[in-house]
Amino acid sequence: MRVLIEQARCCGAGQCVLAAPDIFDQREEDGIVILLQENPPEESRADVLQAIKVCPALAIRLED
Amino acid sequence: MSESAVTSCPFSGTREYPIKRSNPLDPAPELAEMRAAEPFAKVRLWTGQDAWLVTRYDDVRKLLTDPRVSADNTLPNFPGATPGMLAVRTKYPSFITMDVPEHTQFRRMLTGEFAVKKIEALKPRIQQVVDERIDAILAKGPPSDIVRDLTLALPITMICDLLGVPYEDQDFFHAKADLITDSRTPPDVSSKAIQELCDVYIAGLIERKNLSPTDDLLSRLVVNQLRPGHLTPIQLIGIARLLLIAGHDTSAHTMSLGILALLENPEQKQALIDDPTLINSTVEEILRYVDVTHNGRRRIATADIEIGGHVIRKGEGIIAHNAAANRDADAFPDADKFRIQRDARHHIAFGYGIHQCLGQPLARAELQILIGTLFRRIPSLALAAPISSLEFKETSFVYGVERIPVTWES
Repeated sequence: MRVLIEQARCCGAGQCVLAAPDIFDQREEDGIVILLQENPPEESRADVLQAIKVCPALAIRLED
Repeated sequence: MSESAVTSCPFSGTREYPIKRSNPLDPAPELAEMRAAEPFAKVRLWTGQDAWLVTRYDDVRKLLTDPRVSADNTLPNFPGATPGMLAVRTKYPSFITMDVPEHTQFRRMLTGEFAVKKIEALKPRIQQVVDERIDAILAKGPPSDIVRDLTLALPITMICDLLGVPYEDQDFFHAKADLITDSRTPPDVSSKAIQELCDVYIAGLIERKNLSPTDDLLSRLVVNQLRPGHLTPIQLIGIARLLLIAGHDTSAHTMSLGILALLENPEQKQALIDDPTLINSTVEEILRYVDVTHNGRRRIATADIEIGGHVIRKGEGIIAHNAAANRDADAFPDADKFRIQRDARHHIAFGYGIHQCLGQPLARAELQILIGTLFRRIPSLALAAPISSLEFKETSFVYGVERIPVTWES
């Protein structure tokens, strides 16, 4: 499982951080998404899918 | 077309919009009919313009993330919500009525201020304000108006803290916000309210921050954005106006209506009291269920868009009805039931797409702490008047309730 983010699309709503705090964070200066784990463990799949579902800017993707 | 031909088909002709509710905590029942039978409906607005009303969850999400859908309210035929909202946005535009790339540039000046971890650090202060307010309510004894004494007081205190706005000015800016967001306000009264709030009050506030900046968001915008010329004074007033109004009204009314939803569903209230760890899912369910931005997100098509077997033409207005979408059973099983244990996190109470509410981490923190603390400390809380006797803000851009008289076992 590989997580991909597009920082240019991110609108800093913080939804991914709430859904999967071990995998996503926000840059301190402007709240833009940071990826903490590019290849998270399989047990995080549901949280990543939740983050993708709630991201309003469609800035997160998952590759298997 | 003869009159009988119009009345024989329930969906022919153009409906007046907004449509009045039948029950204070539910969207108008006609919206459910439209979602089922006419998910793209033509409606007529107060201005006499027609717009597409879109009510299904998937369609609303698709349109709100479509780059051919614009939030620019200066485009001809943009479906404005109220005369005041339209006037204020034309005079003091803010990033919520801009498209990419301008939107990105202005919104990013603020996103760091509302990052999840920044808001996390505010939680002790939120808890302190809630505790002090509930102490005062308990000390005075029943009855209490929970809106005045608690749900308005918290977000106003927090937005004053955050922006560096004096607390003693709250009655002034709250009254102006009420006038600007109410569709019944005559245009000349809205214009005067906007002038007093923006040209005089906010402009003065910014001038004082410029003379002696303090440790608050407005001062940081003055120092980091206004002084180096990244923002004009008009743009800064637009941003400050948005944060001041949107930052307190929406949260206050969501909390008030959420409390009502719990009081009207006693088994749900009891479930939360029995298991306080349900607070996060309770708050998401409140957001889904009550939806204070009840008349939908306003947009306009900048190209022809084919969606759901329809074509929305370039230049046609769109109302993406997030409240109706949040009651779509395809997205939320048994959608009209208030169920605090469901997973409602994909609701779109904060909108969807790049304009999704910037302040949502703050709103969530306020809701979680206030609702959780209130029912923990006053589990016997009950309405002191029937819900049918309460006055709801049906004509406002931000739906809410004027007062909630409550009582409890003291």
